[in-house]
Amino acid sequence: MNLMTDTKLQQALETSVDDKTDELIKMQGRKVTVHYGYKQALFDIDLDIRENQVTALIGPSGCGKSTFLRCLNRMNDTIAGAKVGGMITLDSENIYDPRIDVVELRARVGMVFQKPNPFPKSIFENVAYGPRIHGLARNKADLQAIVESSLKKAALWNEVKDRIHEPGTGLSGGQQQRLCIARAIAVSPEVILMDEPCSALDPIATAKVEELIDELKQNYTIVIVTHSMQQAARVSQRTAMFHLGYLVEEGPTEKMFTNPDDKRTQDYITGRFG
Amino acid sequence: MPMIYYVILVISIGIVALVIARRRAALQIQGAVKQHSRPHYHGWWAFLLATVPAILLIIVWSIGSSIYVERRIDAQLPQQAADGPIASRSLALSLVGRLADALHRLDAETLANLPSSFEELRPKLAEKGVALAPDTQDYMIPIAVEANRTGDALQMTGGVLALLLSIAGAAYGIRSIQPRARARNNVERVVRWGLLASSMIAILTTIGIVLSMLFETFYFFSSVSPLDFFFGTVWDPRFAAAGATDSVGQFGLIPLLAGTLYIAFIALLVAVPIGLMSAVYMAEYASPHVRSIVKPALELLAGIPTIVYGIFALVTLGPFLRDLSAALTGGSPFIQAQSIFTAGFVMGIMLIPVVSSLSDDIITAVPRALRDGSLGLGATRSETIKRVVLPAALPGIVGAILLTASRAIGETMIVVLAAGVAARLTLNPFEAMTTITVKIVNQLTGDLEFNSPQTLVAFALGITLFAVTLLMNIVALYIVRKYREQYE
Repeated sequence: MNLMTDTKLQQALETSVDDKTDELIKMQGRKVTVHYGYKQALFDIDLDIRENQVTALIGPSGCGKSTFLRCLNRMNDTIAGAKVGGMITLDSENIYDPRIDVVELRARVGMVFQKPNPFPKSIFENVAYGPRIHGLARNKADLQAIVESSLKKAALWNEVKDRIHEPGTGLSGGQQQRLCIARAIAVSPEVILMDEPCSALDPIATAKVEELIDELKQNYTIVIVTHSMQQAARVSQRTAMFHLGYLVEEGPTEKMFTNPDDKRTQDYITGRFG
Repeated sequence: MPMIYYVILVISIGIVALVIARRRAALQIQGAVKQHSRPHYHGWWAFLLATVPAILLIIVWSIGSSIYVERRIDAQLPQQAADGPIASRSLALSLVGRLADALHRLDAETLANLPSSFEELRPKLAEKGVALAPDTQDYMIPIAVEANRTGDALQMTGGVLALLLSIAGAAYGIRSIQPRARARNNVERVVRWGLLASSMIAILTTIGIVLSMLFETFYFFSSVSPLDFFFGTVWDPRFAAAGATDSVGQFGLIPLLAGTLYIAFIALLVAVPIGLMSAVYMAEYASPHVRSIVKPALELLAGIPTIVYGIFALVTLGPFLRDLSAALTGGSPFIQAQSIFTAGFVMGIMLIPVVSSLSDDIITAVPRALRDGSLGLGATRSETIKRVVLPAALPGIVGAILLTASRAIGETMIVVLAAGVAARLTLNPFEAMTTITVKIVNQLTGDLEFNSPQTLVAFALGITLFAVTLLMNIVALYIVRKYREQYE
């Protein structure tokens, strides 16, 4: 990891993104590069993530959007041979700083994966997992309250309240994914990263998860990787287009889908390549 | 001409048929009709037709003719053989058989003027390097010669028949080549049956072993009651003096079973935690580079013959522990040189690679998504392992431990050398105890006759051991299989 010095950090922060708004910037990526072994997967990505908004990352397969997402909570650390360069901040703090504890970071920046991956435990234990390891509940009643509110926020409570102690793996795909979202919420993160959360779900389950994402943005900052243009258009406020490891362009979703600056964005959105 | 030459001839015919058939089939390609099978399938089909029936005939014929010859010898043996200097009829039979084999080695000239007394024949045979039992009687010589003659004639007939069958098969295979002939399907069918036969061999052998042990066990239970065997607490078989079967000892299984389980328990106590932790290290923490060195090194431990572990326990560890305990108490050692602890500990070391290698496979099989899910929630690596990976892998690990336990129960060489031979019941791990396997070895070493309970008990012990380990393996495989389905 080649970390930038503090002076470079200042310079980087000054080179702000195009349209100035009063929205708070939650996370900021500057000159982010990623190497997997000798292969470079990301080239100098500059991208801002705004607070309480949904940012969609789009682009054809292998363009690096998932790689960038995984940089945001340092999940790339778990991949042998992955090297991250440049700088990413969370509330103006460099998350690749050696002083940052990666466990604490991941508690603040939660993640929901492409394929629902509930632990082979009960629904309750799945949600209680995070609060338990972070010691968020003082007693049993506390823990129950956290589990219940998380499941409610994930719009799953009504469906599972009668079988909360049954295995989470017994739920349907869509329910499993919402369980994973509840599990992420239970740690009270500030940012939730979602890596194609609906790609393994049917349209009805997808609609439910999208609805949920829309509600969640009131309390959380959300970054979502998606292959579905419609989904990006439906749920996100801002969209970033990746191509071959480069950030093509980034802007308000409406503008990106109606009047993009770059021809590649237009081609991709209208389905001419991808 | 021994049968093996006929087999070689048959295979040669098969190869010739293969070449001809392939050529013939290749020539037909130019025809208007599309060929059903490629030429080499026609070749192989002709080869199989030429060889398989002929070789089967040779096998059946050989078995049949040897039975027939034995019957003939039996019929020719004089009735009073039982009262003669030779103890039993079966012994006489085998003596004639040996003699017949020996006569085969003599050249034609010697055979033509064979001496009629064994005294004269013996030095001639000795010249050829054949030593025969001095019990062989004069009257056996003509019987043996006659038997050889019959045997040779039968062999010749069988061999010629096989050759004819082989040629007929080859001819049929070559004649039946036509563009639409389904040689490929035929060959595939034969391959399938061949593979089935191979797998049947393993199963049939197992059944054969179990049955033979069962019969000997029943024989044993005719002199010792099963109740005394399975629930007896005293193991005192006495010695089996040749011919004297009056001294029946006590054959209590309990002390042996207790010793077996106790030592296996100590071994698992050593092997399971260490093996499991090394598996966790290799699967979760080790970098690919470290893993590529440590894993083969650990598995090298599994390649050390168990007798070497036994020697280590007997020569090094046992005396060391005894001296250590003597030094600790100031004179009297409380750890015996051969003890449950020594044997169990060394066996545990032997089993570490078994546990770690099996568990490593199981832990690596836990989907990466589960790990990512846990890490993504801010769990540390060890929390992830403790709370997600190990619980998910638990059924498989239990299966692995059961497989290891059955290895520990069946282990022989280490306990023979390190556990001692004293069959007793004790809870002190620093004393000697013995196991089922040790007693099987003890009862079967030396000059023995296989009709006294002292030796037959080995079969009863063997089948008990077999039943215990089989049960554990079945349970283990059931658990492991059930666990595998979980992620599909």
